[in-house]
Amino acid sequence: MPDKALSPAQVDDLCIIAGLMIPASGEFDVPGADDPRIQVDILATLGRDTQLVAEALGLLARIAGRPLAELDPARREAAAIELRTRGGPAVAALIRVVLQCYYRDDRVVRSLGLEPRPPYPKGHVLEDGDWSLLDPVRRRPPMWRRA
Amino acid sequence: MSDPVDVLIIGAGASGAAVAWSLTETKMHILCLEQGGWMNPATYPSTGRDWEARFFGDFSPSPNIRGRPEDYPINDDNSPIKVVNFNGVGGGTVMYTAHFPRLHPSDFRVRSLDGMAEDWPIDYDTLVPFFEENDRIMGVSGLAGDPGVPPRKPPMPPLPLGRSGTILAKAMNRLGWHWWPSDTTVATVDYEGRARCINLGHCTPGCAQGAKASTDITYWPLAQRAGVELRTHCRVREITTDEHGMAAGAVYYDRDGVEQFQAAHVIVLACNGIGTPRLLLNSASGRFPNGLANSSGLVGKNLMFHPYAQVYGYVAEPTDSNRAPPTCIWSKEFYETDRSRGFVRGYTFQFGRGVGPISEAVASEAKGILPWGAGHHAAFRRLNGHRVGLSAICEDLPEEHNRVTLDPVLKDSNGIPAPRIDYTIGENTARMMEHGIARATEVLAAAEATDICVNSPILYGGWHLLGTARMGADPGRSVVNEWGRSHDVRNLFIVDGSVFVTSGGVNPTSTIQALALYIADQMKQRLANLFD
Repeated sequence: MPDKALSPAQVDDLCIIAGLMIPASGEFDVPGADDPRIQVDILATLGRDTQLVAEALGLLARIAGRPLAELDPARREAAAIELRTRGGPAVAALIRVVLQCYYRDDRVVRSLGLEPRPPYPKGHVLEDGDWSLLDPVRRRPPMWRRA
Repeated sequence: MSDPVDVLIIGAGASGAAVAWSLTETKMHILCLEQGGWMNPATYPSTGRDWEARFFGDFSPSPNIRGRPEDYPINDDNSPIKVVNFNGVGGGTVMYTAHFPRLHPSDFRVRSLDGMAEDWPIDYDTLVPFFEENDRIMGVSGLAGDPGVPPRKPPMPPLPLGRSGTILAKAMNRLGWHWWPSDTTVATVDYEGRARCINLGHCTPGCAQGAKASTDITYWPLAQRAGVELRTHCRVREITTDEHGMAAGAVYYDRDGVEQFQAAHVIVLACNGIGTPRLLLNSASGRFPNGLANSSGLVGKNLMFHPYAQVYGYVAEPTDSNRAPPTCIWSKEFYETDRSRGFVRGYTFQFGRGVGPISEAVASEAKGILPWGAGHHAAFRRLNGHRVGLSAICEDLPEEHNRVTLDPVLKDSNGIPAPRIDYTIGENTARMMEHGIARATEVLAAAEATDICVNSPILYGGWHLLGTARMGADPGRSVVNEWGRSHDVRNLFIVDGSVFVTSGGVNPTSTIQALALYIADQMKQRLANLFD
């Protein structure tokens, strides 16, 4: 099925619900998921998830009754809670696309103490660990059944 | 119509590659048809910033989600465990986590020892030389001396314990329970042209470093250099038979979707425990109205998955999370039968090192331990990079109602009927899973982990596709004989996980490949009278 772009109203609601999920934080020096760069990433990479995300935003629109931007903060939050409570595959897809774009944003990745890069080609260093922990196991008799 | 080949292998995955390489010694004309293509490691997810996100899309382990042109759909709506696989040169070894345990000796004697299921027609000792040969070619890292398994000598040293392994090993020692570094096909040193592991950490959806053994970089180069022809993007629709009831060849669609026929003197099926029964059932004819090689009625029946009971939690100290191969340590503490536990047979504990930030966020949000709003960031920093966990990989006993059939509606892109799965978790296995969850929770308590989460069964955990064309001496109770030849069609062989009689409680790839090498060896020994 071809991907169908979100409507402008859905794009607006997506931005607001993303910000309700993950707000900006001065304490952790991170943007919210409604940050323009993160929103651009979400919209650019929706791809195969577009239909499910549109379904979730349709559900959100029915819950809210009007665009989220027109609701006061308390009613926005109530709509977000209701959306999360109802759940289902479409809502799960919406949540996932927000999280997967948020947690690959360079600013967010750095705030977690991680390097914003793909695993390859640099890889990572893995400590050898304490192999003396194996000593008591080495002393055990064979446990497997002969058959 | 093309000239007949001596041996036609269908499927280029774990078993097809092994059997192709082994048969090169005969100098026969060997052709393999594979529905997928060659993989390009430069395009694997770990080479890009979207490495985690692609696991939910074009590198999902589920063919239904992944939806690559090489994939065929599977109706698994009537199963609590969804089928996962990979289609391409290397098959499931491209997309596996590289755990490489062997079945235990007791796994071949389930009826004799525990009064359940059936015994295999072969035993562990028969397979030992083939396990060893396969370990050498795939390249296994591990540590000799494990009291939990029969003696073996992995050719490479084990993966490091790391932080996660150390935390979990200490917990196991507090409980006095067995653990050992897992055997894995991740190369820990440069090995036979493969570069050593550099801890990309995202091993399952293909290793860009080439440290993880998949048959496209192990067996296939050897087999091709020895003359095997591998024809990619060729999807087989059916096996045809001649007037004598022998397999005549395969009808397939080439990369352009054009129907072709390949004649062969011997046909070897290596399509896994779903693809092989699907092909046999799609090969029904007037002479074989219930599907090819199905006089027993067992083609597609006795499907075994290995239900996984996964338990994880969060510790105060940092773990290795995604910065190491997921393969870590195993435990055989609860593997062999102890009837006081309330079930027969057992399970392996498989320990994990943690996950990356996106996987953590998605899973924790779904579990309700990662809040929306102001508390999100603090909660995420407590969870991310602090996960430890383990899974009980439970023996699944054969039950005929667990089965693969042809879906009456669903078809693949070539119009070939797709498989349908009907599966329920048996009572013995369900009790085993509950036991595993309780013991795993004790392990995590000993590790002082909090926020314990359970996934039982793992929904997208149908990695191991076993039992749907099992081997045996009795043609009424098995599909192939004790050396892999169809009871009904004397030039048709099956070498994949379909032939498993019981599942054991371990990842099966090592045993699947050892069986393929064993069957190839039997064929070589019987070349003069292969069809008698």
